[in-house]
Amino acid sequence: MVNKHREGTSPPPAVHARDLGVVRGGKPVLKELEFSVPRGTVTGLLGPSGCGKTTLMRAVVGAQARVTGRLDVLGERAGSAALRHRLGYVTQAPSVYLDLTARQNLDYYAAVLGVPRAERADQVDAALTDVDLHSHADALAANLSGGERARVSLAVALLGAPELLVLDEPTVGLDPVLRRSLWNLFHRLAAERGATLLISSHVMDEADRCDRLMLMREGRVLAEGTPEELRARTGTDSVEHAFLHLVGDAADDEDNGGTGGTGGTGGSGGRRRAADRAAGRDGSTAEVSR
Amino acid sequence: MSPTRTLATAGRVLRQLGHDPRTIGLLLLVPVLLLVLLYYVFDADRDSFDFIGSALLGIFPMVTMFLVTSIATLRERTSGTLERLMTMPLGKGDLIAGYALAFGAFAVVQAGLATGVALWFLDLDIEGSPWFLLFVALLNALLGTALGLFVSAFAASEFQAVQFMPALIVPQILLCGLFAPRDTMQPVLEYTSNVLPMSYAVDGMTEVLNNSELTADFWRDVVIVAGSALAVLALGAATLRRRTA
Repeated sequence: MVNKHREGTSPPPAVHARDLGVVRGGKPVLKELEFSVPRGTVTGLLGPSGCGKTTLMRAVVGAQARVTGRLDVLGERAGSAALRHRLGYVTQAPSVYLDLTARQNLDYYAAVLGVPRAERADQVDAALTDVDLHSHADALAANLSGGERARVSLAVALLGAPELLVLDEPTVGLDPVLRRSLWNLFHRLAAERGATLLISSHVMDEADRCDRLMLMREGRVLAEGTPEELRARTGTDSVEHAFLHLVGDAADDEDNGGTGGTGGTGGSGGRRRAADRAAGRDGSTAEVSR
Repeated sequence: MSPTRTLATAGRVLRQLGHDPRTIGLLLLVPVLLLVLLYYVFDADRDSFDFIGSALLGIFPMVTMFLVTSIATLRERTSGTLERLMTMPLGKGDLIAGYALAFGAFAVVQAGLATGVALWFLDLDIEGSPWFLLFVALLNALLGTALGLFVSAFAASEFQAVQFMPALIVPQILLCGLFAPRDTMQPVLEYTSNVLPMSYAVDGMTEVLNNSELTADFWRDVVIVAGSALAVLALGAATLRRRTA
């Protein structure tokens, strides 16, 4: 419902990047990124470790230095003070105080977000319920398992009903049952509260849980769209295959030196076939594990 | 800055400390035990005990708060909690004032205990009011907090952070006039001691030791220590960045 109010003036996309670049340690980590994330969607940011997912997420929440180009978040420039109330951010390593209990962590962050004292306990309880952590609410974070700690960190991001949630690999290391319940939670946040979620993962089998995907590799966006679109466009049967197919295309483009590389037919098909064979192997093992 | 966020931060820092009773015990008892040790070291020389004891009442809070703050804020920087806070509506001033408030409050308890034991059990003989000893001790604790916050920006690990203690604090102890009067030092060292805040902290304690009235020198010392603490806190604030590489 947040998506369609007032005809003509639809709200700006949750995230919109134009010619976005980031340089770290003298090396370009993100290169000429162009994409937008529509509001109210669960968008997956997929790509191998080291492809720039975390840097991109840090740029969106305004934690990344040396960002060039244009990056708008909820209609404001990324990192502007007005956004600090409207974002929830979960870093890859759980950023909670180990020498506080889960509840004390949440209570502090709620105070920082400006949740009035009278509402704090209720909001904290609601966040603990969302991540199914009530039984551990009064345990020190240091004594929690890695997955439980990650859920405390996630619960912090849910405080204050943020419009955009930026979650860096929130489901790593969690058991499948819990992972499913968190993905259900993510979709509920999008459907019921109109929140937008940008979720990174390096596990391709999480791709089908997203409304939309952005596939990244080596600091560039290879493709974006719904999982079905990506599979249809590449003529493959899984997002992992689609990814490998697109990597093959990108390699072809580089080989062709940019002259007529857009077609991506002909060219060094051998590399593509090798990539597809690799995909076949990986795909079959993935099938078994599922 | 917002009072709610500053107080919430101070409360959070104290709550963290509350889950660590051993650290609390060490912070409170070590200064007292060192004073007792000193009392017996100067068994035959009560005047020296009065002089060094009152100076140490100022030095302890600065050293311990320096260590505690540098490690605590380094953890905040390396654990990702600072990054998260900097994406939230928390002012840098809120964070720094929160830390200063929490450790300042703790330093009052620490200095109060050490001063009480020194005055009542160890017969530390001072001319002035013990409240002013406590006041200077509190300012020293704030200076220690400020320095700790500042150096945590230059330490990549806790190993490095503790090494700033001998690098920044020990020279000040050597030059503050505890071992030799500052005006008898080699001139370069004397000038150096003139720009180190701990020299004024110890001078302030000595003023309370020797004078029953508050002297102009005492107020000069107080202003210099407080001013240094605020200046270093501002420097510390400059090392907190919303955006990092």
